[in-house]
Order: sequence, then C-alpha cells, then structure tokens
Amino acid sequence: MSVSVEFLELLWILLPELLPSPLYALARLGVAFVAVMAFIVVMVLFAVWFERKVIGHIQVRIGPLHTGRWHGWAQTIADAIKLFLKEDIIPKGVDRPVYVLAPLVVFVTTVVVYVVIPFSRNLVARDINMGILFVFAVSSIATLGIFMGGWGSNNKYSLLGAMRVAAQIVSYEVPLLLSVLGVFMLAQTLSLNGIVEAQKGLWYVFLQPVGFVIYVIAGIAEVNRLPFDIPEAESELVAGFHTEYSGLRFAFFFLAEYANMFVMSALATVLFLGGWHGPFLPGFVWFILKAFFFMFLMVWLRGTYPRLRVDQMMSFCWKVLLPLAFLNLLVTGLVMSFI
Amino acid sequence: MAGLRTESLFLNMGPQHPSTHGVLRLGLTIEGERVVDLFADLGFLHRGIEKLAESRTYLQFIPLTDRLDYLAAMSNNLAFVLAVEELLEVEVPRRAEYIRVMVAELSRLASHLVWLGAFANDLGATTPLLYCFREREDILDALELLCGARMTFNYVRFGGVARDATPAFVEKCRKFLETFDKRVDEYEELLTGNAIFLSRTKGIGFLSAEDARSFAASGPMLRGSGIQWDLRKDAPYSVYPEMDFIIPTGTVGDVWDRYIVRVIEMRQSARIIRQALDGLPEGEFKAKLPRVLKPAQGEAYVRVEAPKGELGFYVVSDGTTNPFRVKIRAPSFINLATLRVMCKEALVADLVAILGSIDIVLGEVDR
Amino acid sequence: MGDSSEENAAGRSTIIDLLIKTFPDSASVVQERINWPAVRVKLAVLPEVARFLRESPDLAFDYLTCVSGIDLKDRSPRFDLVYHLVSLQHKHVLVLKVGVGEDEEVPSLVSVWKGADWHEREAYDLLGISFSGHPDLRRILLPDEWKGHPLRKDYVLAEEDKFAGD
Repeated sequence: MSVSVEFLELLWILLPELLPSPLYALARLGVAFVAVMAFIVVMVLFAVWFERKVIGHIQVRIGPLHTGRWHGWAQTIADAIKLFLKEDIIPKGVDRPVYVLAPLVVFVTTVVVYVVIPFSRNLVARDINMGILFVFAVSSIATLGIFMGGWGSNNKYSLLGAMRVAAQIVSYEVPLLLSVLGVFMLAQTLSLNGIVEAQKGLWYVFLQPVGFVIYVIAGIAEVNRLPFDIPEAESELVAGFHTEYSGLRFAFFFLAEYANMFVMSALATVLFLGGWHGPFLPGFVWFILKAFFFMFLMVWLRGTYPRLRVDQMMSFCWKVLLPLAFLNLLVTGLVMSFI
Repeated sequence: MAGLRTESLFLNMGPQHPSTHGVLRLGLTIEGERVVDLFADLGFLHRGIEKLAESRTYLQFIPLTDRLDYLAAMSNNLAFVLAVEELLEVEVPRRAEYIRVMVAELSRLASHLVWLGAFANDLGATTPLLYCFREREDILDALELLCGARMTFNYVRFGGVARDATPAFVEKCRKFLETFDKRVDEYEELLTGNAIFLSRTKGIGFLSAEDARSFAASGPMLRGSGIQWDLRKDAPYSVYPEMDFIIPTGTVGDVWDRYIVRVIEMRQSARIIRQALDGLPEGEFKAKLPRVLKPAQGEAYVRVEAPKGELGFYVVSDGTTNPFRVKIRAPSFINLATLRVMCKEALVADLVAILGSIDIVLGEVDR
Repeated sequence: MGDSSEENAAGRSTIIDLLIKTFPDSASVVQERINWPAVRVKLAVLPEVARFLRESPDLAFDYLTCVSGIDLKDRSPRFDLVYHLVSLQHKHVLVLKVGVGEDEEVPSLVSVWKGADWHEREAYDLLGISFSGHPDLRRILLPDEWKGHPLRKDYVLAEEDKFAGD
C-alpha cells in the first residue's frame, strides 16, 4: 500500500520534468481525472460495504456475508453491476431534459470537489490558494441538481423531498461556513494544504472544539444523513427526490451521496484533525483513516437516532447552530486579536 | 406575501407506502407539509371473513380468526372461543385457562414488540426494529414448541386448548423472561431518553379523553388518553382476576403517552406470564365436548383485551352447526377512525408518527 | 367468563326498568337467550333512546362498542341492528336492538357517539341498511362500484359479475 502511494507521489512530482509543459498540463489533467474517478468508485464501493457491515453489527445482524467469500466484500460490486445493467426507465410525464440532467449535475459537482482535497502533502490534484471557498461554491450547485431531480420527476413525493432539500442545505450551509471561518482565522490561509501545514503542532479540533462540533452537525445535515435524512425520509416520502429514478441514473445519485459523505469527512480531517499529519504511517493512509472515522461516525449515528422533523431541523439550525457559530467566531476573533 | 397564489395538494399515501403498515390508503390534502384534511380508504385486504363464518362450522372458523390480527393470533382465537363457550356453557379446566392466559400475554408481547420496532422505524430509527424482532423470535419459538405454528396458531379450542403445555415450553418461556426485562431497558435507553424521539412524539396527535370515549377507542389508545380501562381488570375473563398486574395510563393523550403505555404493558405482560408459569396447575387441558357442536339458539357478545384494544366477537347461533352471524369488533378498525381528529394541523412527518402510534393491522381492519 | 351476567344482575333490571318506564310504548325486554341485558326499541325512538342512555347520569352509556347488522331474511322487519353499549363510568353494559325493514332508513347515531360513523358505513356496505343524517355514507370495505351487499342471506356467492370496475 504505502509503496504504491509513495510511487504515485513521486510520479506526481516528477511529471513536470518528464514532459513538455502544454503536454504536461494535459497529462496532469488526464491523470487527475482518471485518478479521482477511480478513487471515488473504489472508495464508494468500499464505503457502502463498510456501512452495511457496521450497521449490521450495530443491529445484531451480520450484513453481507456470501458474495466474494470473505465477509461479502464483493457485495457492492455485484450491486453496482446490477444497477448498471438495469433497464433505463424514464417515466411518462417527466420533464425530460431536467430529469435526465439532474443526476449528472449532482455527480459532476461532487467529483469536481475532489480536485482540491489534499490526500497527502503532494497528492492533491490542484492546490488552489482558496481551495475551501472552491469546495463550498461548487458543492452548493449539487443542491440545484437535487432540486432538478425532484422537480423534473413529476411526482409529489419527489417534489416534497426536493423542497426539503432546498430548505435544509441552504440553511445548514450558513453555520457550516461560519464554523469553518474560525479555522481560517487561525491558519491565515484558504488553501487546504496550507491549513494542514498549519496544524503541524496542534490539531485545530483542540483550538476550535465548538467549531468542530458545529461543523460535524451541519456537515451531516449537508449530506442528508440521519438524523437529518429528512429529504429522503423513507417512512414519509418513500425515497424523496430520487423516488422515480432507477438503474444508472439512480446509481449516479447514490454514488454522489457517498462521494459527498467522503468530502465532508475529508474536509473535517483537513480542517480539524490535521489532515495527513501523523506518525509512522504515510500521510495518505492517515488521511483515509481519519476520514473513515467520520464515515464510521455517520453510520453510528444512523444506527442510533430517529429522524428530526422538518420544522425542528430548521429551528435547530437557525436558533441553535447559527448563534453558536457566531459566538464561536466572535470569541476566536477576540482571542486572536489579543494574542 | 399577500399576492402569492398558493394551492393545496392532494397526496395519495398508499396503498403502497412504507408507513401505512400494509395496504391502507390515505388521501391527504396538504398545504406545503401541513395536513389540511385526510380520509382513509380501507378494504384492500377485505376477505369477507364474517361471510365465510356463515358457511363454516364453529371449529372450522378458528383458523380464520388467525388471519385477523396476524401479529397476535392467540388473542383472536381466544376471543372467538370464549364467545362460543358462552353459547355452549362449558366449564374450562383451570390448566387450560392458565395456558390461555400465558399464550395471550405472549401474543401481546409479540404484537407490542412488532409495534415498537415499526413505530421507531417510522420515526427513522431503524435499529430498535431489529432488536425487537430478536425478542419476538424467542416468543415465536416458544409458541412453535407449543403448537407447531409461528403465526397462525389455531391453538385455543372450545373447552380448552389444542395441546398441553410441555415442560420444554415452560422452560423456553422462563429462559425468555430471564432476559426480557433487561431488553426492554435497552429499548428504553435507545428511545425513551432520546431528545429527538421525545421531540417527535410529545405534543402531537392529541386524542382527548372525551373523543377517545366517543369514538370508542380502546386498548392503549384509550389508556393513553388517561382513561383507566382494561377489560382484563374491568370485565375480567379467564383467570385474569388471579393475576397481579397494573394498568398504565397516560395523561394528555399524545403519541408519547401511547408509546409509554405500551412499554409499561410489556413489562406487566411479562409479570403475568411469570405468575401463570408459577401457578400452572396440573390436570386436564381440554374439556370433553361432543364431536359435532350445535350451540343452542341464542347470541353472545364477548370482548377480550387484545394487544390493540377491545376485540369483540358477536356470535349469533340458530342451533345449527354453523354460526348464523359473526360480527367482529376489530380494535384497530375502530381506533383508526380517530386518525382524522388526531391529525388536525399535523405535518406529514407527524402523520406518520400518529398513524404508527395507533398500531393498526390491516388484516383486522379490513377483515 | 360470564361477562356481566351475574355481577350486573341487579343493574340489569334497573336499567331495563328505567328504559321501559321512560319509553313505555316503544321499549320491550328481549326474550331471546343473550349474555348481556337487552332491550328492543322501536326505530322511531332510536335517537331519543340513544341520547337518553348517554346523557342520563345514572346510565351514562358513553361508549358504543359495537354495531352489528343481522339479516334475518324471513322475518319482518328484515334486519336487526344491534348496538352494544358500555358505560366506562359505571361499568355496566346494555344491548339495544332495533328492527329495520328493507326500505326503512335508520337515523344515524354519529351525533351521539362519534364511533358510530364507521360502524354504520359498514352496515350500509355489507348489509345495505341506509342511515339518515350520516355525514359521509359511502361503502367502506368494498369498492364503490360493487353491486349487492354480501352479508345479506340472499346474496349469491358467484365469482363473476360482481366487480364492475374497469
């Protein structure tokens, strides 16, 4: 594992030396694209299996066990193949262009975010100097995609789900961003790699405990996981915005959902848990481990909590999280200006 | 906002919907997420059981009662058998009475466990469902030892029960009861103290004591609204007067009250089963009855406290081998009628919680 | 078991006596074998009797447990409607019987006991007894297009031609 990771890092550094510059730019783009796509697919396949195993054991059952012999590791691959081979159904009465485009909008915006995530010191597709802003800017477009899916489906349950998504994500983005501002103030940079570098001595989770908690809560709400899975609440809305989707199109929504979960986990790692910092193991491994700690947290919460109601969720955001985030910001600013 | 045009939306909920617990259809009129009005459309599972009764002998009808509330079939068996015994005027051996109480309470536990799991699932908590089914599995195993069936028992018979309780069954029940109270503590830990669960169940789906009475709601619905009424105490049948247990009641009649009433009832049922196991007398398990049953002309209405509420059988005999008319007073059918009152101004998410708190089984609602 | 036969033996006579005293021309004791105290009243006075049973403080029948319709085919009037009443307060019970002819309308008791609503709809659906003053008298268990009333004794149990849908 670590050998191949180090080889990748080396290749990444040496690439400019090996190729002339225009070709290099193109090659780098291609490599980045292939690498990100491959990572997402492998990571999601693993994450779904991981979630099913963990939630299985929480719920005193076993989870997938047979496919691929060893603890059912190949179950998600089999599921994925099934989804890809399914008939492509476009229900009558849908708003066709909107309906068809929606999964792509959601998926593409999610993929693009991976470009700036620093998996290790050098393993980052492009280290933009305002990376975090890029992440939030791009990932809010996904809301539009989800809304398109709900609106274009011509189904009342989808519509209700879409309405809920719009309300939820737009609201929770506010405390989410505010909780992250404290980190910027400490790190004095917007570059993700820069933020990780700045945590060499002490992780920000210790300097920004309140910000961390707000981030985790708002982050879970952003990716629509329990107890905030209101937009696709099965017992209320059947499947919410993706009720009418099946096969490949559903697979895109599904892929995007798990990819999004990982983005939230990866950002939490970068902003609060010192990113790829860590002893003994290579940075990449540390990064994945920390990110999967958050993935585990989300699964754990899903196994424990009931779902909030729409109005309770909204009032929690505006009346609890938001004031708390402002307070956190204020205190951080005051402390910073006196030190 | 004055110039904004708003429109209410008609939403079909069911007959295929994860939260209607079977094939119930609700027609909702909603404004945004607020339920303005609703009606229930029943009958998707109507098999005409009352009509079928008229072309079957009394004995042949017992298996059909299994198909009413299939989550607690023992109670259905018991209610029908008691009604016919009222017409036959037979004496039931005490051992049979004890076994009947035992299986009826085991059925109540099984039914409440399914309810608890499904209700938590309606609120988005998936884990309690699987925990509850773990315990229910033990109950079904025990009942299987007793009569060979896991859901449709056909066990309670005129004058007694179909087979005697074996030592293996008694052993199995005792083993199950050893862990059961701790398991209920476990559910309570997951739900009763959970802030989200509290906020989802408290203060919604009010059913006033006045309405509960007027609608003839029964079981945990009636007790949740603060009316202390349990047929095991207030119109005792079988050997319930010899058992020591309490009747829990709610205070305001919201979803939470119905939840807590059922949880306490589970603990009380475990108590009753323990007492019945301890006091199980020796002797016959079935009274001698003629091969062909022809109850004398007459009619009887007998009610028992089924897990969902008052289950009544009104049996009219014309002196022949078949009942002339059987009317089934199904508790969840009557309880479901209160849904409209409870859902005034509720949100769609509340509606799911309120419907879940009624504990309906469509086999019984539609008959 | 003897649901109430013994303990209400005293109550039985007083309730029935009171009813017969209040409605001397239209109430009579039921002679058939039946496990609850029973009174037969005339259809015309049904709402008055119902209201009296519910509101008189000594009776306080606040709980309408069950409403059953019976088709007695050859008898006139053809149907019997049987109301099973309970008082949660006094814990006494009563059966109220009314005979209903094929063309007669039964005054709905929804205004007295809300729970009568679905019971009456069921009697309408399965037996074809119609109720006047019911807020929403539709079929409840069978499809709206269904022809006939299955719990009538002369209902022909044939598989075909019963469902007119589509």
